Amino acid sequence: MLTMFLNTKIDFMTKRRLFYVVSAIVILVGIASFALHGGLRLGIDFAGGRLIEYRLSERVSIDELREVATAAGYPQAEIQPVRGTSDVLFRIPDVEVGEQATGDVSISQQLRAALQTHRPGLTAELLREESVGAKIGREIRGQAFWAIVISLGLILLYIAFRFEFRFGLGAVAALAHDVLVTLTIFSLFNLEISMPVVAALLTIAGYSINDTIVVFDRIREQSVRLRRETYFNVLNISINQTLSRTVITAITTLFAAGALLIFGGEVIRTFALAMTIGILVGTYSSIFIASALVLELRRAGEAKAA
Amino acid sequence: MGGNFRWKLLSLVVLLGLSVYALYPSARYYLMSEGDRQALPEESLETLRENALNLGLDLQGGMHLVLELDRTGLRDSEVPDAMARAIEILRNRVDKFGVAEPTIQPQGEDRIVVELPGLLDRERAVNLIGQTALLEFKLVKSEQESRRVIERLDRELAERRLAGADSADSADLEFTHPLTDLMPFWPELPFGAGFVLESDYEEARDLLASVPLDSILPVDAEIQWGRDVEAYQGYTGRLVYVLDRRAQLDGSHIANAVRRIGLDPTRPNTSGVSLTLNPQGARRFRRVTAQNVGRYLAITLDDRVVSAPSIRERIPSGRASITGAFSDDEAKDLAIVLQAGALPAPINIIQEMTVGPSLGADSIRMGTQAIAIGAILILIFMVIYYRASGLIALLALVLNMVFLLAALAGMRATLTLPGIAGMALTVGMAVDANVLIFERIREELRTGKKVRSAIDAGYGRAFRTILDANVTTLISSGVLWWIASGPIQGFATTLFIGILANLYTAVLITRMVFDAATGGGETESLSI
Repeated sequence: MLTMFLNTKIDFMTKRRLFYVVSAIVILVGIASFALHGGLRLGIDFAGGRLIEYRLSERVSIDELREVATAAGYPQAEIQPVRGTSDVLFRIPDVEVGEQATGDVSISQQLRAALQTHRPGLTAELLREESVGAKIGREIRGQAFWAIVISLGLILLYIAFRFEFRFGLGAVAALAHDVLVTLTIFSLFNLEISMPVVAALLTIAGYSINDTIVVFDRIREQSVRLRRETYFNVLNISINQTLSRTVITAITTLFAAGALLIFGGEVIRTFALAMTIGILVGTYSSIFIASALVLELRRAGEAKAA
Repeated sequence: MGGNFRWKLLSLVVLLGLSVYALYPSARYYLMSEGDRQALPEESLETLRENALNLGLDLQGGMHLVLELDRTGLRDSEVPDAMARAIEILRNRVDKFGVAEPTIQPQGEDRIVVELPGLLDRERAVNLIGQTALLEFKLVKSEQESRRVIERLDRELAERRLAGADSADSADLEFTHPLTDLMPFWPELPFGAGFVLESDYEEARDLLASVPLDSILPVDAEIQWGRDVEAYQGYTGRLVYVLDRRAQLDGSHIANAVRRIGLDPTRPNTSGVSLTLNPQGARRFRRVTAQNVGRYLAITLDDRVVSAPSIRERIPSGRASITGAFSDDEAKDLAIVLQAGALPAPINIIQEMTVGPSLGADSIRMGTQAIAIGAILILIFMVIYYRASGLIALLALVLNMVFLLAALAGMRATLTLPGIAGMALTVGMAVDANVLIFERIREELRTGKKVRSAIDAGYGRAFRTILDANVTTLISSGVLWWIASGPIQGFATTLFIGILANLYTAVLITRMVFDAATGGGETESLSI
């Protein structure tokens, strides 16, 4: 049998302060980045605006495209060429969405006209166009918020019900940690937060909890079996025993998310990136953070009782 | 092997059978060659499509719109009625547009969701749907009257402009003509209206928008701009009309509207719309034309003058035509819109998602590619690490996918790009259940248990964990499904069903295979 992590005896619990510090640093970096960038970069589903993607018959430089956008009357447009193709994304935030099509030319028509003037003979095929009014953007933001809050709440209830409340808190805290770290990375690289990213975050929540549950389950089983051991040791042993499973599942899920990231195409790229980061962070937190928190909570509980 | 095994096998066969049945239409529909497609009668093709897997707009290309009814002119009690009428009218318009399977649904109190799959011309669709299509026939004021009104406006604008300046006397007022300065032919009114050069159009428009016209104009008059650019004596520009506020006829008097070519003798190859009025409308039209020979009659659409022919004689026929700078498509769409009727209130597009067909096809290709690559990598890993048992995991995975697709087809759910991503993730997460079981079995074997009891213990122990773990993902995808809409909802659906299918295949089916492989005698070792 090919095995990894057979009979490992890594002392996770003693080194836990180190992991707290690492996580704390990352989150602090996130907060700094958040402040620096003036908040998270919101995609148009949350902030409202318009997104237009064209497939051009040949590659055009960003500078030229900026001239085109300005000529069309949208100097504030964000321009993003898609790597490896001649596709271009125009993002126009805060534009009045709500066409009452009577004689007023639409934005995509204006862009196209400007493109034509600048580079006659260039064809631009409309790949997709999305526009979200400010009102709907607010609604979607609300939806995302509630989705996250309700999910976390239900998960907490479920774990508290199946294990004990302490475990529930530990799990949800680890989850919150995962979400914060993922958002930190998004903030650092100024990546856009859109509804698919929120969906990814929720999926990561489910996945990370899976991991955490597997460890908790083992802890529960071993608490009964190894009654003579200290809680400290039980936790260590449980994590070591589940290590191979945790890592293997992380590997297989990473294969899937990674394949999506590399081969899935531009539309789904941000989502796949969020998933990949989330899986890595979730695995980290399940191994190094969740049980450590349970230990702290238990000790705090014992201290209060004393 | 006991009775238990037989039941499991039976359930598997039944489910497989159902799945094939559910998926057969999809397979046929999407894998049919073009030639076969033509050969099939219309109806069978329709039913085949209906039973096949639904592809979301982001995969087949098309347009998704969320419209909001502008309730500012309506009372709250009038809204439901207006909504129903608006939906009816939109349905008529879209029907004629020729989109297969459009969807028009109300959402909440004042929103309408429109989906047009396979739509290629976004601009046309937006125009067709967004137009209020208020058609009115209004008399143009006589030249004398028009001139008086324009002068009045001019004076008002001059007073406002000079009010800002420091020193002003009546002499300045005499020479300031903000509006008529922009009219090169003033006091001549080409076609009965003021002519503004195209380059001055924006300025003139802004000027007129800057004053409260209602309090300046006579009670029975109003100002409207022409819809198109006009040419006059070598110049291009826009016309601004002074009209009778009261409409003589409107869209409700139209019985029929059809696109015709050659209605305008000065534009012989251009399309226009030929209107046939209903009896009441025809009567009115006869009267109006009889009483106003020599005047212009403006035909306005959504408060813009499309054309203003002069009334040369009484028209008894109840026929009228709308001509102007129309492209063939514009005329056709206008006829559709007039026929279907004017919307009871303006409609705003508050959200839109349009995906062109090539991106749709790209997305399908890349999505399935990603799934395939991910699956292959996982498979290789599983076989290397768990040897023959890895193949059992593969079997479970394949069945998982089949059941998932079949469930989606059976539920008429929609497959979207995030849905395909969800399938990829299901692949990754599904294997987890197998990993849990295999690791347990290995542990049991290491403690010296015999193969059979190791398998039993492995499954027994692992089951609880698998259940707990998957329930939480079910919770989060359930919440997501409930709250989100569109493509993301598709993702949640796929994930949810994928996990349910996974619970079945990973636990029951693999157990079956282990039992079958080790049943009967005492197997010595397990390839795991």
